[in-house]
Amino acid sequence: MENLRDLYQEVILDHNKNPRNFRKIEDPDGFAHGTNPLCGDQIDIYLKIKDGIVEDVSFEGAGCAICTSSASMMTIALKGKSEADAEALFNSFHHALTEDDEYPEDVPLGKLKVLTGVKDYPVRVKCATLAWHTFDAALKKLQGNVSTE
Amino acid sequence: MTNSAQYNIKAIRNDFPILGREIFGKPLVYLDNGASTQHPVQVINAVKDLYEQNYSNVHRGVHTLSQESSELYDNARVKVRGFINAACVHEVVFTSGTTESINLVAQSYARPRLQEGDEILITHMEHHSNIVPWQMVCEQTGATLKVIPISDSGELEMDQFHAMLSEKTKLVSVVQVSNALGTVNPVKEIIDAAHAIDVPVMVDGAQAIPHMPVDVQALDADFYVFSGHKIYGPTGIGVLYGKEKLLNAMPPYQGGGDMILSVSFEKTIYNQLPYKFEAGTPNIAGVVGLGAAIDYVNSIGLSTIAAHEHGLLMYATSKLQAIDGLRIIGEAEQKAGLISFVLDAVHPHDIGTMLDGEGVAVRAGHHCAQPVMERFKVPATARASFAMYNTFQEIDVLAEAIRKTIGMFS
Ligand SMILES: Cc1ncc(COP(=O)(O)O)c(C=O)c1O
Repeated sequence: MENLRDLYQEVILDHNKNPRNFRKIEDPDGFAHGTNPLCGDQIDIYLKIKDGIVEDVSFEGAGCAICTSSASMMTIALKGKSEADAEALFNSFHHALTEDDEYPEDVPLGKLKVLTGVKDYPVRVKCATLAWHTFDAALKKLQGNVSTE
Repeated sequence: MTNSAQYNIKAIRNDFPILGREIFGKPLVYLDNGASTQHPVQVINAVKDLYEQNYSNVHRGVHTLSQESSELYDNARVKVRGFINAACVHEVVFTSGTTESINLVAQSYARPRLQEGDEILITHMEHHSNIVPWQMVCEQTGATLKVIPISDSGELEMDQFHAMLSEKTKLVSVVQVSNALGTVNPVKEIIDAAHAIDVPVMVDGAQAIPHMPVDVQALDADFYVFSGHKIYGPTGIGVLYGKEKLLNAMPPYQGGGDMILSVSFEKTIYNQLPYKFEAGTPNIAGVVGLGAAIDYVNSIGLSTIAAHEHGLLMYATSKLQAIDGLRIIGEAEQKAGLISFVLDAVHPHDIGTMLDGEGVAVRAGHHCAQPVMERFKVPATARASFAMYNTFQEIDVLAEAIRKTIGMFS
C-alpha cells in the first residue's frame, strides 16, 4: 500500500477531505455536468466570466479522491486566468497525464503537478481529467452561445 | 470453517494456476469472482487439447477431426443438461452469454407476443442486461415494464410482486442472485405465483449457477440463463435453457448456417432445436471449456462449494461489520457469495485502487446495476465476491487492507 503514496499524496488527500470552491454559483455564466459512468463520478462545474477572465469557478458533486481533489485544485488554478490561458492549462495538464513525452513547459502546471502520478494508473486518468473536461464543456458552451448571439 | 476437514482447499487452489500470482509483490487475493471467475487447469487443458488434438468445425464434416470436435461439442451439451437437470438435451441452447440469452428471449419470445397494454415484470435489483432488452422490446411493442421494488435490506417486496402480477403480465424476468447485493430471491415462489395465472418466468441465473445447485425442472422455470465465465469456464459462451414447448413456438433469433434444414430462395426450413437458435459456426472451444468447467464443479460438488462459500460469507460479514465507518449494502436474510460495501471516508473507486496495492482484487463501481445504486443512494460500492478457492485467511487480508485504507484517508 505504501507504493500508493505516489498516487495519494498528502495534498491530494487534503483536497479530497476539504475541497476548495465546493459550492454552487448562483446565476453562473457557464455550467456543465460531467459524469464518469465507469465509477459513478458526477460533477457540476459553475463559471463566472468577466471580460474574458475566469472570475470565479466552483464545483459540486460526488467523486473519488482523485476526481474531487483534481476538481478542487483546478478551481484554484483557473481563477483569474484568461479563457485562452485556461484552455492552454487544460491542454498541458491533459498532456502530462496521457502522453509519454514531457509536457510543454511553456504552460507550467505548478501545484497541479502532484496529480501527474495518476499517469501510472491508466484506469484512473479519467478521474483526474473529469473536472477539466467538464470545465472545458462549460466554457465551450459559453463561447458557442456568445458567437451565435 | 465449515467442512474444512473434508474440503481440500489446498488441492483446489493448486488447480488454479493464476492464484500463484503476485500483485505488487503480494500474493493475489482474488475477490472479483462475481465479475468473472478464474480457470482450473482442467478447463485450460480441455481447450488446449481440443486445439492441439481434435479441432475442426462441427457438424459439417465427415472427416475425423470434424467428427471428434462434434462429439466433444455435443457432449458438453449433455453435461449442461445434467447440470441444470433439463428434461432433454435440445432444451439447452448455446449463446455467447447471459446477455445474449436474455436478448434472444426478449426478441424471439416476447416481441411477437406483446402488444400495447401488456406488461413485463422485472425487479429493482436486475443487472442492466435484464433491464435494457425489455426496455427495447417495450419500445418496439408498446408494452410496459413494471419493476418490483426492494426493501432497505435488499429483499424483494413480495407483497408488491403479488399485487403487481395480473392478467396484463405477459412475462416475469427475475434475477436469482443479485450481483450487486448478493440477495437470493425466492424464485420458486415467484414462478409458482406466475404459473397460477399462466405467466411464464425467466430466471437470470448468472450469479446463482456457480453458488448453488440448480434444477430447472424442480423450479419449473420457463427460461433459465447463465454465462460460462462466471462458473470457471471461458468467456463468450453461455446457456439459454427453455422449455421445449416454448422454444419450439419461437421464431429463430438469427438467420444463417446450421440453423436451417434446407434453404432455397422460395422457402427455407428451419432446423430443429437447439440448432434453430444457433446460427453460424459456434464457439466450439467455449463450449468444450464450459463442459470441462461443469465436470470440475461436479467433481467437488455444488453443495460442498455452497457450504464453503457460506462459511466465507458469514466470516467476512462479521469481519467487515466490525470495521468502523463501513456499511454493508444488501443485508438480506438469504445471501450468496458476495458483499457490497461502502466506507464513510473513502470512495469505492479509491478503495479498489488501495486494495489492489495489497494484492486484493475487488470490484468498484455500479456493477451494471445503477437502479440499485440509486435505491441505496450511493454512487457506487466496492464488492468482494467469493469462489470455491477463497480462504478464510484471504478474508483477513481483505479486512486488514480495508483498515489500512481507512487509516490512510483519515
Ligand atoms: C446477475 C447478472 N446478470 C447478467 C449478467 C451479464 O452476464 P454476461 O456479461 O456474461 O452476459 C451478469 C454479469 O455480470 C450478472 O451478474
